[in-house]
Amino acid sequence: MHEVDADWRRVSPKYVVVEVVGSLIGMAVFVGVGLVVYFLFDQQWALWVAIAIAVASIIGIALEPRRVRSIQYRLREDDLLFRRGIMFQRQVAVPYGRMQLVDITRGPVARALGLADLKFVTAAAATAVTVPGLPMEEADRLRDELVALAETRRAGL
Amino acid sequence: MSAPTRPAPVTNLADGEWHRLHPASPLLRGGLVFLAVLGFIIANLRERAIDLFLVIFAPDAERFGGRGGPTGDDWANDPVGAIVTNGLVGWALVALLVVVIAVIVGFWLSWRMHTFRVTPEAVEVKSGILFRSHRSARLDRIQGINVNRPLFARLFGTAKLEVSVAGQSANVQLSYLGSTLADGLRADVLRLASGARAERAATQAAAATGVALGATSADPSPAQPAEPGPAAAPAQPAASADSGRPAAAGVPLTARAGGLVTHRVDEFLAPELDPDLAPPESVVHLPLGRMIGSTVLGGSTIWAIVLVAIIVAGVTSGQLWVLFSFVPAAIGLVSYMWSRITKSLRYSIAGTPDGVRIGHGLLSTGNQTIPPGRIHAIEATQWVFWRPFGWWSVRINVAGQSVSASNEAAQRTLVLPVGTIADVHRVLGLLLPDAATEVEPFVVAGLTGRGDGGGFSSTPRRAAWLHPFSWRRIGWAAASGVAIIRSGALVRSLTLVPLARMQSVAVSVGPIDRALDLAGIRLHTVTGPVSAVLPVVDRGEAMRLFERLSEEAVERAASDTTHHWGAAQAAQAAQAPAAHEAAHGEPNDEPPTDVTPTDEPSEGPVR
Repeated sequence: MHEVDADWRRVSPKYVVVEVVGSLIGMAVFVGVGLVVYFLFDQQWALWVAIAIAVASIIGIALEPRRVRSIQYRLREDDLLFRRGIMFQRQVAVPYGRMQLVDITRGPVARALGLADLKFVTAAAATAVTVPGLPMEEADRLRDELVALAETRRAGL
Repeated sequence: MSAPTRPAPVTNLADGEWHRLHPASPLLRGGLVFLAVLGFIIANLRERAIDLFLVIFAPDAERFGGRGGPTGDDWANDPVGAIVTNGLVGWALVALLVVVIAVIVGFWLSWRMHTFRVTPEAVEVKSGILFRSHRSARLDRIQGINVNRPLFARLFGTAKLEVSVAGQSANVQLSYLGSTLADGLRADVLRLASGARAERAATQAAAATGVALGATSADPSPAQPAEPGPAAAPAQPAASADSGRPAAAGVPLTARAGGLVTHRVDEFLAPELDPDLAPPESVVHLPLGRMIGSTVLGGSTIWAIVLVAIIVAGVTSGQLWVLFSFVPAAIGLVSYMWSRITKSLRYSIAGTPDGVRIGHGLLSTGNQTIPPGRIHAIEATQWVFWRPFGWWSVRINVAGQSVSASNEAAQRTLVLPVGTIADVHRVLGLLLPDAATEVEPFVVAGLTGRGDGGGFSSTPRRAAWLHPFSWRRIGWAAASGVAIIRSGALVRSLTLVPLARMQSVAVSVGPIDRALDLAGIRLHTVTGPVSAVLPVVDRGEAMRLFERLSEEAVERAASDTTHHWGAAQAAQAAQAPAAHEAAHGEPNDEPPTDVTPTDEPSEGPVR
């Protein structure tokens, strides 16, 4: 039997950086467009929109550490539990036997930090379990573990 | 139609040998387009042809119609005329001949290169002339088998067989086969997929139909007169099974043609559902009046009225652009309603040993067989206009078929277009054969009930903030590994999810939910028209339900034997104490997981 942990595991705190960089880029694009419209076409409202986007993004960035801390997963005896979210909380249980494939993806920022995203795909599109911000070797280890667990508990479609 | 080169009429296509499709297949598949183009050209050139004959055969005659002289070298506007006047008729005919021959050779080659076989493990198809493809579908992954007979194919006595497996456009199509052969192949594929031994089925079929032949023979050989598979086939003489080619060579041509016609007419008039296939008490039919009434009272009617109103308003106020933008939509709507009615003609749903069989169609017929354990979710819905009549429709989620939103896919997931509560009871019994009796008591309360009682959980009153109309109806129950969710007031709905096939489960809490101490639960199944959502439930109860569902899903999936649904019975019947139990079978009252027939390679997953 495989070892199973009873505790919730968190993703790497470094994942905050990935999220913050993403938000900053998004913010820069929208605020930039707003400012261009304001300066070139002299539209007053564009300035306010840009300010609103900037404020919202900064609040989002301030909450980012908490959001990343809320991302947790847990390997139980027969299924994977995954939960995330502080405002909109979501918790999913996926039996290992339902696994169709495991995807590991690495974005540019995440790669620079040595992180990877692990996606657990079932036959249902709505399952949508993606564990982001895992250290690379842990992602590889988790993938192998999940595949092994799925092999011993394989079920039909 | 060229005669096939097979030495003897084949009556069993599932013998593991490579077979070809019906010789008329290329014509039926692509040739119709060719014929249509030809017809179009001829129809358009009819008048020109008359002129041309005059030009060719009587060059000096006066042309009628008063057109000014023979057409000259106007290649762009009148290529035919130019050919004739330039004396290139011979070359044109040669070119035409070459094209026709090329098409015929292409058809013949594509028929020749398109072969398939059915082994105990898989259905395999090889096709393609330049780019060869070899597709193999594992039998234990079959999600359903569809046999379709478009009108034109029926005239040829052929049918299209489609083996659907999960996955985008992964279906194996055999178009076209002889009509009776297709039915036989369907039954054989299902029998092989069920894991039951061929010999046993052969003995059974022979015994059941009173044909003593072949009962002693261990393996059904292709030349054997008694077909092992379909109960329908033995009624037909084996020689005519390969339709389009009566085998008796000595019979005069007229008699053969007459026999062919009678046979074809018989096929046409035969009931869509073979009476031998399913016990009549398990069959649900639809009266035509109810079908039309339900369509007229359906949701599309509202849209039709709105559209007509817009168009009328547009025309009266002189806004002609309205016509251009809304008339196509109206035509689409009417054709949708029409296809809904015509496709539901002669509708039947019946339980067969190898799954639920849904058939429909008057001129173009089709039927779909879903083996046991391939249904991932079931939903019975009734929208408000249907309520006075007590009409319900039932939809299902199955893997692979319902990914696209096309009309055909929607048709396949619609199991019961419209039916009464009694029909819903019977359809649910057919769709969930294992859990039918346990689910039964919940159905009436689930369809029409509200508040607690009837075995459903009640929703706290504070949920009315989120669901002011339907909160009383929202509730859940569980019976025999099936999660039952009731919801909706305007559109009543009852959703059933067999936990053995649930993919995952999620509980979600939004800010408003948290303020009210509520939560929502969603059961994830394969994509389809049914989404199993319990929109609101007490938060503590939600967590308990979440735990229960996730545990039971694992248990049920582990004890599920439906990928080889016939194997357990076959093993039990074949005095097989040798059937070994799984090392750690669940302490469950269901049959052990790993029972495989004695000498079949055990390909069931080891648990």
